[in-house]
Amino acid sequence: MTDTAPLVTAPVLELRDIHQTYGAGETAVQALRGIDLRVERGDYLAIMGPSGSGKSTLMNLLGCLDIATSGQYLLGGVDVSELDDRQLAKVRNRQIGFVFQSFNLIPRMTALANVELPLIYGGVRRAERRALALEALELVGLADRVDHRPHALSGGQQQRVAIARALVTSPTIVLADEPTGNLDSQSTDDVLGILDSLSQAGRTIVVITHEDAVGAHAARVVSIRDGLLVDDRRNRAAGTTALTAASAVVSAGAGR
Amino acid sequence: MTLFETLSSALRGITANKLRSVLTLLGVMIGVAAVILLLAVGNGSSQQINNLITQLGTNTLTVRAGSGFGFGGATASEDNSTKKLTLDVADRLAHSGLGHVDAVVPQVDTSLTVSSTATSESSVSLIGTTPNYFTVTTSKVGSGSAFTTADVTSAAKVAVIGSTIATELFPTGSALGQTISVDGTPFTVVGILATQSSIGIQDPNSVVIAPISRVQRSYTGFGAISTMTVEATSSADVPAAQGEVEVMLDQLLAYDPDTSTANAPYTITDQTQLLQTAAASAQSFTVLLGAVAAISLLVGGIGVTNVMLVTVTERTREIGIRKALGATRPAMLGQFLVEAATLTLLGGLLGVVAALIGAQFEINGTQPIVLGYSVPLALGVSVAIGVFFGVYPAARAAAMRPIQALRSI
Repeated sequence: MTDTAPLVTAPVLELRDIHQTYGAGETAVQALRGIDLRVERGDYLAIMGPSGSGKSTLMNLLGCLDIATSGQYLLGGVDVSELDDRQLAKVRNRQIGFVFQSFNLIPRMTALANVELPLIYGGVRRAERRALALEALELVGLADRVDHRPHALSGGQQQRVAIARALVTSPTIVLADEPTGNLDSQSTDDVLGILDSLSQAGRTIVVITHEDAVGAHAARVVSIRDGLLVDDRRNRAAGTTALTAASAVVSAGAGR
Repeated sequence: MTLFETLSSALRGITANKLRSVLTLLGVMIGVAAVILLLAVGNGSSQQINNLITQLGTNTLTVRAGSGFGFGGATASEDNSTKKLTLDVADRLAHSGLGHVDAVVPQVDTSLTVSSTATSESSVSLIGTTPNYFTVTTSKVGSGSAFTTADVTSAAKVAVIGSTIATELFPTGSALGQTISVDGTPFTVVGILATQSSIGIQDPNSVVIAPISRVQRSYTGFGAISTMTVEATSSADVPAAQGEVEVMLDQLLAYDPDTSTANAPYTITDQTQLLQTAAASAQSFTVLLGAVAAISLLVGGIGVTNVMLVTVTERTREIGIRKALGATRPAMLGQFLVEAATLTLLGGLLGVVAALIGAQFEINGTQPIVLGYSVPLALGVSVAIGVFFGVYPAARAAAMRPIQALRSI
């Protein structure tokens, strides 16, 4: 919703001149140095970059796990930096489904209980919660593993449980931080297959990766280097032309 | 998040690591039980002393022959410059019309062998006295009756014996009406003393009491008596009575405390002085036990603190995950609060139960009496420690940004 770009559809998320600095004084590290990014509803975006490029920092900001030093982050049109702790918790619960590289399941809880967890914090009733969680686990192909604890599941299965947990609240956006980073190739294919089908079902997905194979699944690939977006293109498979001007991302991305 | 969810979440946390939970529980339990029980033992022993004080009566004075606390009256007053404490002196003291003195009970003591047809006991304390001994002192006749003034006048060979002597000399039947031999002289048992609890090394139930005239005639001779028990009109009048007795005795014994170079021919002790000393030592015993108890509570508390800190530290990551999934700070705090409170409360209650059971048994000769305030005190302190150290680090973790909590291992 900048002055130069008329509103066509409200973007799911929009970053305006995001800076993130860790530490202070001489030891300060500028992880992000002015990021502008706009993601439309139903898009499948991959953020790529070498380690240290700032992509994880960006992901943590998108997931409201961290707060930017400066800049605006609009999620569904709402400025996240204005929200208090309780409202942020609600945003994380309702709007964002986060898939971590290291799964981050709670070890002593069953797959079903792990998937139910966000619904508990969302205040969903027990019976409904169970039904939704079972449905989500079925979607990732783990209907027969609901009572297993994480340690009794393979890495790929654990990541599928984590995806089910991210999906169960029907979030506005699914964020996946190197979702295949800890997986073998078979599990990687499983997980990417699930993300693809989610995208086809109309979910907005943002994936962080440094693997080209993972990036190839996305419709749009954004490259980040040294805290700046350096490349933004559409994969041909997704039927759009590549776009290279990083600085023009915000206005050019509108209406696509 | 409903209360039920918080509770079930907390209970899952407790059962997830059973060993840790059991150790926490045990720490609180031992701390609480130790505090309650040790204070109960201290309280029990000082109650015991207090009972003895009431039992003894606080309105009596003891006048001993000789200066100082010597128990052997016969050896006192060897100095010939002053008169001795005699039955005659006691008699005149009793009849001198002192305003705050109710009764004067003279007493001679010796130690002899006492035997029945069945067995004999050596070194039994033999007391010669007057019938009002049984009303003024704590020695009361339990069965039978005391000897009479007539018995004293006639120097009758009758005796009232202690309960220990009665059962030792006559193990099969009642001692009443039987004849005992005191160093060869036969005495008829007319009464048996009620059993008394012991406060010193001497067993107050191992004693033979006979008319003072008979004891003097047969054993100690008509010289000095060893003690007089003076009964004041009331416990408040004891100091006044002591003053009166001192003045009168000085006069009767021709002793001038200001000019005489000889040792005082008598010593007056308040009956309760000895017991007050005992009570004071019981008090310091209680304080000592209380200190030990406080230390054990502290150690238990540190144990709980340690477990709680470790729990929260290793679960900071979990807090991060839960926050990333949309947990609010109050929800996180609620979970850890319920977890810590459940653990410490359960441990504390088990400790209370253990202490109450332990207090039913006699410990080292003392029946513990649980102090009412010690239960909520011990329980409150341990629960407060557990909850604080369970919740405070959790509160800090819950206040972090999710990413900070997630990064910590």
